[in-house]
Amino acid sequence: MIDLIAIENHLPALQVVIPLLLAPVAILVSLPFLSWLVALFGSLFCLYASVSLFFQVSEFGKINYFMGGWLPPYGIEYVIDEASSFMIVLISLMGVFATIFAYQSLKKEINKKSQSKVYGMWLLALGGLLGLVTTGDAFNLFVFLEISSLSSVTLVALGSKKDKRALTAAFNYLLIGAVGATFYVIGVGLLYSVTGTLNIADLTIKISELTANNSVKAGISFIIIGLMVKAAIFPLHIWLPSAYTFAPSAVAVLLTATATKAALYVLARILFTLLFNADDFTVIILQWVLLPASIVAIFFGTIRAIFEKDIKKLLAFSSLSQIGYITIGLTLGTASGIMASFIHIANHSMMKAALFMGIGAISIQLKKSINVDDLKGLSKSMPVTSISLTVVILSLLGIPLTIGFISKVYLLKAVFSHGNWPILFIIVLTSFLALGYAWQLIENIWMKQPVDTALTINDDPKIYIPLVVLAVFNILFGIYAYPIVNSAFNASAAIFWKAL
Amino acid sequence: MIHGILGIWNYWIVIILMMTGLFIVISRHNLVKKMVGLTIFQTSVFLFYISLGKVQGGTAPILTGYKDSLYSNPLPHVLILTAIVVGVATTALGLALILRIKSEYGTIEENEIAELNTEENSK
Repeated sequence: MIDLIAIENHLPALQVVIPLLLAPVAILVSLPFLSWLVALFGSLFCLYASVSLFFQVSEFGKINYFMGGWLPPYGIEYVIDEASSFMIVLISLMGVFATIFAYQSLKKEINKKSQSKVYGMWLLALGGLLGLVTTGDAFNLFVFLEISSLSSVTLVALGSKKDKRALTAAFNYLLIGAVGATFYVIGVGLLYSVTGTLNIADLTIKISELTANNSVKAGISFIIIGLMVKAAIFPLHIWLPSAYTFAPSAVAVLLTATATKAALYVLARILFTLLFNADDFTVIILQWVLLPASIVAIFFGTIRAIFEKDIKKLLAFSSLSQIGYITIGLTLGTASGIMASFIHIANHSMMKAALFMGIGAISIQLKKSINVDDLKGLSKSMPVTSISLTVVILSLLGIPLTIGFISKVYLLKAVFSHGNWPILFIIVLTSFLALGYAWQLIENIWMKQPVDTALTINDDPKIYIPLVVLAVFNILFGIYAYPIVNSAFNASAAIFWKAL
Repeated sequence: MIHGILGIWNYWIVIILMMTGLFIVISRHNLVKKMVGLTIFQTSVFLFYISLGKVQGGTAPILTGYKDSLYSNPLPHVLILTAIVVGVATTALGLALILRIKSEYGTIEENEIAELNTEENSK
């Protein structure tokens, strides 16, 4: 008889350990369907664990879980507070959606003999990301960063059945990711050399007395550069477009919804919790590094997306500009800015995951990577997919009654109260520019006649169910935004000391 | 002055190795050479951590029974053990990818691969 209360107490560890333990199981059962069931069970367990942790945190406050009973600062501590519980719910929820979508799409998109092994990597990526956002130990964070990025590299490389360019995309992702992670380790080493601790809470206290120390400044700079690589913030985004384009659709869904978002969360943590006393230094990073980078990212991503014909690449460039919106929220350095970033992290995950699912569903039918022209007349052949895609594209544009609108409203509100008019102008302008790429998708879906009528493509309920659910979420949380807004508010309060 | 620079010679070696590794990663076209550069880059960080842990006159941190023996700090060494494992995994994955790239493209020179990719793009 399993003691349920014991499980409840160890949820912070189990939500990371269970997917990591199930990964070899998924590989060993070596039947695609059974492996998929194992992966689904793993992701559902994570969802259960994270939701129940979320409610525990909102009821009783922060949970500090000590691995193996060793007390910090010597032992490894897992910290579940309002911010990290927000992230684990998001990651595991999107993990469940991506896993449901994965079975049908991976069956058609990757080699037969990799079909059960892929779920091992899938679970490793999921467990790594969940560990990344919950761990309270700077070095442990590096390990999770590498677990998740090495497994995502493998997942991206599996796209090589369709297109050999997946291999070079994966290799570049590996190389750039490994350099980024090593930068992070150098930074942690420099901080350790002055403070003698790796526990993030302990580091926070010790760094607050050493803000003028050059080793600390150098260390923080290394850490931030490393995380900017993982979060694909503008000049360090090179790996992202090709990785998303050539990865199997389900992998693109998983990566876009979780991987960069987790890195952005860690970046926010470092900038606002770890550096809570280093005001001048934080302002320098925000104003002179992150702000120009995000403005260029928004313009660059939007303009590249307008002129891109391959839809997956178009979505990847659009992701780049949306990441720019998230980081602009952070650069304001106010609680409302961070709150806007968190809202957009959640909303952008839901939008982009749904878009990649829809495009994946179409490319499975057509058995090739699809261009904008391939969407012509889609509304007749795949009505359900078309409607869901249209809803999500409108949401990406920020039309009222969708979650995209909620994101834009809170971001504009934060910029407005900060009084930064040029940024306000840039956000409004680029929102209109985004019409450039979004409109050609809608136009081709609804207003053009199909070119090649010989192809019979139709809706497949097995594939479109997670897409439809996500599209409904896009509207549901656009009308009833309270859950996301409220938990994003709590998350920003937990991260940002000035809000307390 | 000279003593100050020579006194921290291990950190100079770390920096030289680090820059060498990063330079190779950026400048070489051969993918295997890029992996070599990455490994040198990572190894320099291992050396950096191990230097941090050394206490002058300290011995290996094994309890000997003598009360006032001075120990080196074992924590950075343990961290590096983990980092070495991560580094090995990265290298293994990178080399596996290079093998697949070689069999698909017939070359591991980055500029030739880029040309083949452009052909693929224009198709």
